[in-house]
Amino acid sequence: MLKQRVAEAFNEPGCATNRGKSDQDRKRGCSSAALTPGAAAGGCAFDGAKVALQPITDAAHLVHGPIACEGNSWDSRHSATSGPQIYRTGFTTDMSELDVIHGGEKRLYTAIREIADRYRPAAIFVYVTCVPALIGDDVETVCTAATERFGLPVIPVDAPGFVGSKNLGNKLAGQVLLDRVVGTREPEKTTPYDINIIGEYNVAGDMWQILPLLDQLGIRVLASISGDARYHEIACAHRARANMVVCSQAMVSFARAMEDRYAIPYFEGSFYGISDMSAALREIARLLVDQGAPADLLTRTETLIAAEERAAWRQISVYRERLQGKRVLLYTGGVKSWSVVSALQEIGMTVIGTSVRKSTDDDKVRIKGLMGEDAALFGQIPAKDLYRMLAGDEADILMSGGRTQFVALKTKTPWLDINQERHHAYAGYEGMVSLVRQIDATIHHPVWRQVRAPAPWDKPGAGQ
Amino acid sequence: MNVAEIGTKACAVNPLKSSPALGGALAFLGVDKSLPLLHGSQGCTAFALVLLVRHFREAIPLQTTAMSELSTILGGAENIEQAIGNIFERANPKLIGLCSTALTETRDEDVRGDLRSIMLRHPEWNDLTVVHAPTPDFAGSLEVGWASAVQAMIDALVREERQTRILRQVNLLPASYMTPADVEAVRDVVESFGLSAIVLPDLSGSLDGHVPDEYVPTTLGGTPVDRVSDMGASQITLAIGEHMRGAAEALERRSGVPFKVFDRLIGLEAFDAFVETLIGLSGRPAPEPLRRERSRLVDAMLDGHFFFTGRTAAVAAEPDMLLAVTRFLDEMGCRIGAAVTTMKSPAAAKVPCDPVVVGDLDDLERLASSGDCDLIIANAHAAVAADAIGVPLYRMGFPVFDRLGAGHRVSVGYRGTRELLFDIGNIFIDHQTEHQPYQRQDREVASDASVISA
Repeated sequence: MLKQRVAEAFNEPGCATNRGKSDQDRKRGCSSAALTPGAAAGGCAFDGAKVALQPITDAAHLVHGPIACEGNSWDSRHSATSGPQIYRTGFTTDMSELDVIHGGEKRLYTAIREIADRYRPAAIFVYVTCVPALIGDDVETVCTAATERFGLPVIPVDAPGFVGSKNLGNKLAGQVLLDRVVGTREPEKTTPYDINIIGEYNVAGDMWQILPLLDQLGIRVLASISGDARYHEIACAHRARANMVVCSQAMVSFARAMEDRYAIPYFEGSFYGISDMSAALREIARLLVDQGAPADLLTRTETLIAAEERAAWRQISVYRERLQGKRVLLYTGGVKSWSVVSALQEIGMTVIGTSVRKSTDDDKVRIKGLMGEDAALFGQIPAKDLYRMLAGDEADILMSGGRTQFVALKTKTPWLDINQERHHAYAGYEGMVSLVRQIDATIHHPVWRQVRAPAPWDKPGAGQ
Repeated sequence: MNVAEIGTKACAVNPLKSSPALGGALAFLGVDKSLPLLHGSQGCTAFALVLLVRHFREAIPLQTTAMSELSTILGGAENIEQAIGNIFERANPKLIGLCSTALTETRDEDVRGDLRSIMLRHPEWNDLTVVHAPTPDFAGSLEVGWASAVQAMIDALVREERQTRILRQVNLLPASYMTPADVEAVRDVVESFGLSAIVLPDLSGSLDGHVPDEYVPTTLGGTPVDRVSDMGASQITLAIGEHMRGAAEALERRSGVPFKVFDRLIGLEAFDAFVETLIGLSGRPAPEPLRRERSRLVDAMLDGHFFFTGRTAAVAAEPDMLLAVTRFLDEMGCRIGAAVTTMKSPAAAKVPCDPVVVGDLDDLERLASSGDCDLIIANAHAAVAADAIGVPLYRMGFPVFDRLGAGHRVSVGYRGTRELLFDIGNIFIDHQTEHQPYQRQDREVASDASVISA
């Protein structure tokens, strides 16, 4: 069953990379290359599923497995909430040796009951990890029984770590929402301006830079999937008029399936960078008008864009001269690559290279278009090479995630976090201004001069 | 004195535990030019890696055998072989510390046997030592994995024979909760007696936050692999914490080195016992700077005991750290209102609190709240619990990811105990119980009429 779902997850006509593959390659999936023993980096499918679903803030997220899966990972993501806190609580069955021998179903059922009784969450997502998958715990049946008994949705998320990468886990989570949540409830009202935003996880409150703009246009986010989401909203998501996919590769299947099932058109866009932000607003407006929203939305959108762009550029112009020609090495995944590249170029910075390990062919074409044919596109950069590049002063700043933070810092190179552990919101016009401000503060920080200066005993002519 | 009580919940809520495999990896990180390798799915490594990076604020070398569903069912020997090959080529470490996970232990793989035949097939890996530590995630926690890895290194590297004793050479087996700075502090004291210490593992060499001049894909600093085999020739093994007893016993079994387990090094009496042993071993009087440090601790205790008196603390930690911290607080006149730990252990039985609950941070929150506690001492995850009941949190243990310098804090020895005393004492000073002011009802009130005009 899971095998079939994994195979389906890999068959994605909406993904350009996938279309270009032979049947054989497609079966192998999109992440087999990354899983080299002794040379792999990155999260597992469970990690990916949790990243995609945990931002549903009024649900409890119960991890069925031994301590490593939740004990080592909870309390580490900064997906922000505007209300409920239950999603942050780390729930796990913490399977013991006895559970492994006798099976963990009973403990799981009791754990679900404890959560249902004590917290009454909107729903409980139950994550199946490797060990219960291996010993054959029938999580599906436990969840069905618990749903009936406790009167709230208890949803199994069958994405044990060993089935593949984080990216696959994202997809499997999307599939869970499609199969078990979306379309299970009806909204109280609908408007011609209802959209879903898919693949935006409200890291550091990114969504809150976007929502005020949509509010000004009268556009309603029916469901966010899944940043700062409520379970009920996602259950009603099938009534939206248009879908925007933000983190393209992982969640495009989700959007395509919604198009098939509910005839909701979608587009892939980004909230990072001024021109991408404007393009996203334009596209949302266009889709909604195509679907029957009054046409004045288009002109209102243009007016808003003009005003916002003007304001953003006015604030950014202060930094433009200070950042002109500064060299950036960008090491991140997926949609963020091209979208941040264009954003940085807009302020006159030179992107000397970017990673494309999670990007589609379309993404790559786009990046080449932006950076020129001989742009340096990297897959996974081994830490050693990254160190060499930074130590060799090939870049003025590295923008990446926490994993490479200390490689950069040990070379005394400015570093800025643009991944999920960050504390600043960079989406939207405001976010872009804030990103530029951060880049400037990072590159021109007084610490660099001091830490790079030689020690007294290393100065030329220093006595012994 | 007390019975460790196992929580009755089926669901752990806000877990206190980190996994044994992470603990095993951490122990291997205290060996020079080493690279820990978790035998599991790549997520096992990714989570452990991120947590270690957040705690130490260092690049952490840690690899994975990247087990898939298929290789889990068919057996992981091939993945181990590939992983070692790739690591050998890319990083060329002296030691690979192979830690199993729940995933591979559930299938009950014969890793030891597999490893033997793999190494036989690859004479080119002659200079490479691969040590296997069983660290299933479903049994125990970080402390257990740490102890398991240290014992595995001793079993793999110390020859099974009585060796000529090297005078003045001692082994030191630090507890899993000791920071790099703790390890350094204790080693300095040992060496101040003219003794030479082989410390296993030695995080003070590898995770002390230095900036190397070039990129190193393995650990840089820590116990040299060759020195581990020399441990068989030491005069004695000094093991810190009950969880290190097994490793010390293994060393005695193999090479006849006697051992002494110190249940803690926090607190005046506790460190006095350690120093007495050093005096006996070295035949030297305690050096002047150490005497001075003791005197300063005594003075700090005199100055500080007022602020601990009558206060109540709730502590959640692994058994040996729990014992060390609660004993110290008890000796300072602070009551232990709640004690939560990760598993049953002989150390937990000596904690001055009844009961000691085997549980999670949700239990800590409940007990601290009902026990009217003034302070919580636990890892950084407990911030949520502390906020919820409005009690200050002093962060100790693993992980501490929201403070700078988690690895640089010293709380063992005379100096460390003094620093811990100041830190906690200052929190108590900040949060003194204020008297509720009493408003007199019949107080004379000033009015225009009360002013006598001149």
